[in-house]
Amino acid sequence: MTDAGRGGVARTALVTVLLALAAAGPLLFPNYVTQLALLWVMVVLALTWDLIGGQMGYNSFGNIIFFGIGCYAAAVVQRAGFAPGYFAGLAVGAAIGAVVAAAAAIVLGAAILRLRGHYFAICTLGLGIAAGEIASGWDFVGAGAGMVPPVYPGEPAARGVFFYYYFAVLAAVCFLVLRWLYGTRFGLAINAIRDDEDKAEAMGLPTTAYKVAAWTVAALFLAVAGAGTGHLLGFIDPRQVAFAGETYGVWMVLMAILGGSGTLWGPVIGAALFHVTQELFWTYLLGFQRIALGLLIVLIVVFFPQGIIGWLRERWPQRFDRGEARPPVAATPAAGGGD
Amino acid sequence: MGALRICIERAVGWPLARCPHPDPPPLAGEGALSARPDPMLSNLLLLVDAPELALQLLVDGLLVGAVYCLPAYGMALVWGVMNVINVAQGEFVMLGGYVALYLFMHGVHPLFGVPVAAVLLFAVGWLVYRAVIVRIIDRDLFVSILATFGISIFLQQAANQAFSADVQSIDAGLGSTYLMGGTIVVANIKLVAVAAAALLALALYLFLKGSRLGQAIRATAQNPRAARILGIDTDRVYATTFALNAAICGAAGALVVQIWVIHPYIGLPYTVRSFMIVVVAGLGNIPAVIASGLSLGAAEQFAGFLLGAEYQAAFVFSLLVVILVWRNAMLARQRKYLR
Repeated sequence: MTDAGRGGVARTALVTVLLALAAAGPLLFPNYVTQLALLWVMVVLALTWDLIGGQMGYNSFGNIIFFGIGCYAAAVVQRAGFAPGYFAGLAVGAAIGAVVAAAAAIVLGAAILRLRGHYFAICTLGLGIAAGEIASGWDFVGAGAGMVPPVYPGEPAARGVFFYYYFAVLAAVCFLVLRWLYGTRFGLAINAIRDDEDKAEAMGLPTTAYKVAAWTVAALFLAVAGAGTGHLLGFIDPRQVAFAGETYGVWMVLMAILGGSGTLWGPVIGAALFHVTQELFWTYLLGFQRIALGLLIVLIVVFFPQGIIGWLRERWPQRFDRGEARPPVAATPAAGGGD
Repeated sequence: MGALRICIERAVGWPLARCPHPDPPPLAGEGALSARPDPMLSNLLLLVDAPELALQLLVDGLLVGAVYCLPAYGMALVWGVMNVINVAQGEFVMLGGYVALYLFMHGVHPLFGVPVAAVLLFAVGWLVYRAVIVRIIDRDLFVSILATFGISIFLQQAANQAFSADVQSIDAGLGSTYLMGGTIVVANIKLVAVAAAALLALALYLFLKGSRLGQAIRATAQNPRAARILGIDTDRVYATTFALNAAICGAAGALVVQIWVIHPYIGLPYTVRSFMIVVVAGLGNIPAVIASGLSLGAAEQFAGFLLGAEYQAAFVFSLLVVILVWRNAMLARQRKYLR
């Protein structure tokens, strides 16, 4: 236990420093508050993708639809004026978005999650883009012209700070919920589905129910993130913001893979790194940023598929091969909570 | 242009989904903004009242569908031989279109663009294989999806930089044929395109059946290990297969730019259509590929007419989801799934 204890102290210190940095973010970098807020959105996207793709082995390109549902639900609620005021409207909108997204996850998941492997991947790719196309033809949500949520009541700078904490708290809650989930029977079940679904089913696991439940959890967080993102950006474009299957929808996959899919910290690290890289592309390679992004995707997938956490585990197995949900082959009794 | 067609366009208040030689289609947003009284019902009634119109849509659809068969067959070839799903399929189509467009702007008749596009895209395909695909060929299918997605973003954005994002088209200047006393109009270029597609498919079929390399490709598809033991250079087979696929797509693209339009972001719908056709037809079944390609073309025409042009893309992507779920549900009755 001494080794674990020493690691535990280092880990606690690290987490404390990270928490302090996260809390002080807007003070440290006042000019980049919006970018930092979006960084937390990316963390949520990567974490929820990894729940499905990394832990359950269902590589989805379509999770973005729940994000888009959140975007639109919040904007529609604001427009309808159910709730008095900006913040109440946002809260009600996020809640309604979460409910609608969860319902969509259950209905769609019951059909689509029966597909496996690359059929699931391509099907969800089609699903995400179809959602964007439908939204851009549907007059009720502004069709191709998109929707404009109400203006933030207050200074523009305060808007960035508010949404920074909105997303930071959301990311933290998402992280903690997933960490708890991965330690439970639910975590073991979705890992079993990833490792061998037929065997899991033969053992009597209700695999479809578990898969749908996992997608629903992801949908809840994505919808709340989407509600905030629509309000932060102040404009909801059906294809570029809400159902951006070709950008956010694919980036969340890359972020999880870059950090190390199937791990708890991997998506967080990957999201941070990817977001910073992508912003640097926008700053220094303007005009060629998407070309560089395409190359980056190929490089990550071809040369670095194990991700940062995977690489660290290969390099220093003693230090990093512990404390997170692992494939059952290496599972020890303390698999869920090593610290 | 047939008088009936003009009448109908006046009655409906917007141009038909696919004129013999189309103007750029309305962007989804613009289409939605123009007011149309209850479009779907009135369009349906129109079809019942004017069966010639239904026939016109059918003819248009079948002719366009013939061109869809080409990239679909290429995708089936790469999938079957190399176990790689190429998401950049549509980008090869797009590049082929730009080759023909470039030649046309320099005074070459666009039909000569078809073989030139095929040859150039063969080289592009070879390069892409050597640079990326060779490194992912024995990895998971999902890796190939992601990596080719990166390639597709790269090619898309490179084309955007090189050729601008404008919607472009070529008028081959071949005129139109009037059938049934002018009620049905067929642009001659579409007939030429179908003939070219058929010729290309026949050449490909003969190549695969007859030539030495074609036999090697089929042998590798059946059992790569045995093929290697028997002295087949499988690496060269893979490179040729992938390059051949790119060439087919390039030729299809050179036809697409003449019968329809082209822009840098046109790729993904072609990839999705190809995937759909392959899923319905199965790998390596040429008659089924042709049948499903033609029916997809026709279905799209009718959907575009009934739902409005702004939903045509949404229809394609939604159809993919429906077809996958339906195929899987059929298999599930025998306790199987798509694989």
